Amino acid sequence: MSIAATRVALLGGIYSNYLALQVALRQIREAGVDAIYCLGDLGAFGPYPDRVFPLLQQYDVQSIQGNYDHSVGHALDDCRCGYTDPRDNHYAQKSYDYTLENTSSAGRTLLRGLPEEIQFEMGRHRVLLCHGSPTKVNEFLWESTTSTHYLNVMLNELGVDCLCATHTGIKWSRHLNDDKCFVNVGVLGRPENDGQTCVWYAILSEHGERPLEIQFVPVAYDFQRLTREMASEGLPEEFQETIMTGWWTTCLESLPAKERKRGRF
Amino acid sequence: MSRAQVRTHLDESVDVGVKEYYFTGGEPFLNPEMVPILIDSLEYGPATVLTNGTVLKERWLEQLAAAEEASCYSLEFRISIDGFCAEQNDPIRGEGTFDRAMEGVALLNEFGFLPIVTAARSWRLEEEERVVDAFLDRLRAAGCQRPRLKILPMLRLGAEETRSSPYAASDRVTRTMLEGYDTSQFICEHSRIVSDRGVHVCPILLEMPDSLLGAKLGDADKSFALKHGACLTCYQHGAICSNPSAGYRAPSSSESTE
Repeated sequence: MSIAATRVALLGGIYSNYLALQVALRQIREAGVDAIYCLGDLGAFGPYPDRVFPLLQQYDVQSIQGNYDHSVGHALDDCRCGYTDPRDNHYAQKSYDYTLENTSSAGRTLLRGLPEEIQFEMGRHRVLLCHGSPTKVNEFLWESTTSTHYLNVMLNELGVDCLCATHTGIKWSRHLNDDKCFVNVGVLGRPENDGQTCVWYAILSEHGERPLEIQFVPVAYDFQRLTREMASEGLPEEFQETIMTGWWTTCLESLPAKERKRGRF
Repeated sequence: MSRAQVRTHLDESVDVGVKEYYFTGGEPFLNPEMVPILIDSLEYGPATVLTNGTVLKERWLEQLAAAEEASCYSLEFRISIDGFCAEQNDPIRGEGTFDRAMEGVALLNEFGFLPIVTAARSWRLEEEERVVDAFLDRLRAAGCQRPRLKILPMLRLGAEETRSSPYAASDRVTRTMLEGYDTSQFICEHSRIVSDRGVHVCPILLEMPDSLLGAKLGDADKSFALKHGACLTCYQHGAICSNPSAGYRAPSSSESTE
């Protein structure tokens, strides 16, 4: 895909958090952008996965396929999130079983048809959107375990100037050689293990000869309502606690040392 | 390897685009330059050191904590043991080594590290939940409020060949087994290990004559035939050497031949 844009909004994993998505899309419409993209994992973790699809359609959001979307779309036996720890996998399975069971056939068809990546241009910058990494949908690109030269070599081989991903659940960005950059856009699905209840998306802006500008935007939403709905759907209390407190209670073993130490658990 | 030798390989790794660095041994902290080597590494990328935890010194940990604090990268400690109690570990690792390793874990926690205790599975699979829960309780009692574990499959190499049994000639990965298999789970698909002899295909096969692929990292980007018994264990379990944060999916039971 090739479109020209000067300002785009990038949404990370939505994880069925349609309440945060609603607020984020309203904010983005008010701010004004050329296009809105979602980097995959539409369902997971939260309640009522089908409530995400009409919002994406209403706001003309173009999505790529995350590991969750691929698994749900093809009704696989697990989410292929990439966890190696039994406790991480235990909760991932609970979340996945609920999401698969509650995603409509039409929703699954949509998920199956999503592209693996999207590429477009912003002025002189070629931008590539992927879910985990361009080589592996469930690769974790954490800030503290991704060397700068790994990204430099990857972007050079791909021939792109800006690479955007999600999957880890925590936003970060890094400027690279030759005005290039990497952005992990964060996620709308759950807070990022910092004790705040807000969630995040990113705005990417082009300003002529200058490097691309990366702005992370917080989204305050009705997290108490989301928690009530998670409870009524029988989703684990541990998930509800994360939404209420901003601290991760699951998926902890996939965190590297630095990111783990910033959390409570 | 000396600090200067390691520095040369770190420099080479920039052009290759290495994502992260692991240090293993023997016991890495028997190298008198290990602390500066780790500090150097954190200038290049994330570092993990696999240690038995029995020789750590407070002044080393003080320096390493400061280096990690100043770096944008994580420094991970992996404490290797061969069982979650002295009765399982000490017959393999030596008398008293389990308690000393636990002292090392507690010391690392005191200095703000969250070590990943790495144990080879020396218990039956059906006992796993009980064994792991008991060990987590022990770690919490020792002051580790956020214990991290990685359980490795037992590799039938070295002393383990005589303790259990060596790989049979039929214990091999076959072409058919690779159909539809996610080969990124093999360590050799995305990693290399550097020793004073050169660059080898993987840490498990280090002593095998065919493991040496070249003198420099840039020479060692060639495919490797999965012809060893240990390749079967890697196939069955996936991601056996990397940290959980690397995120390589463990195979589901349907992909395991166990």
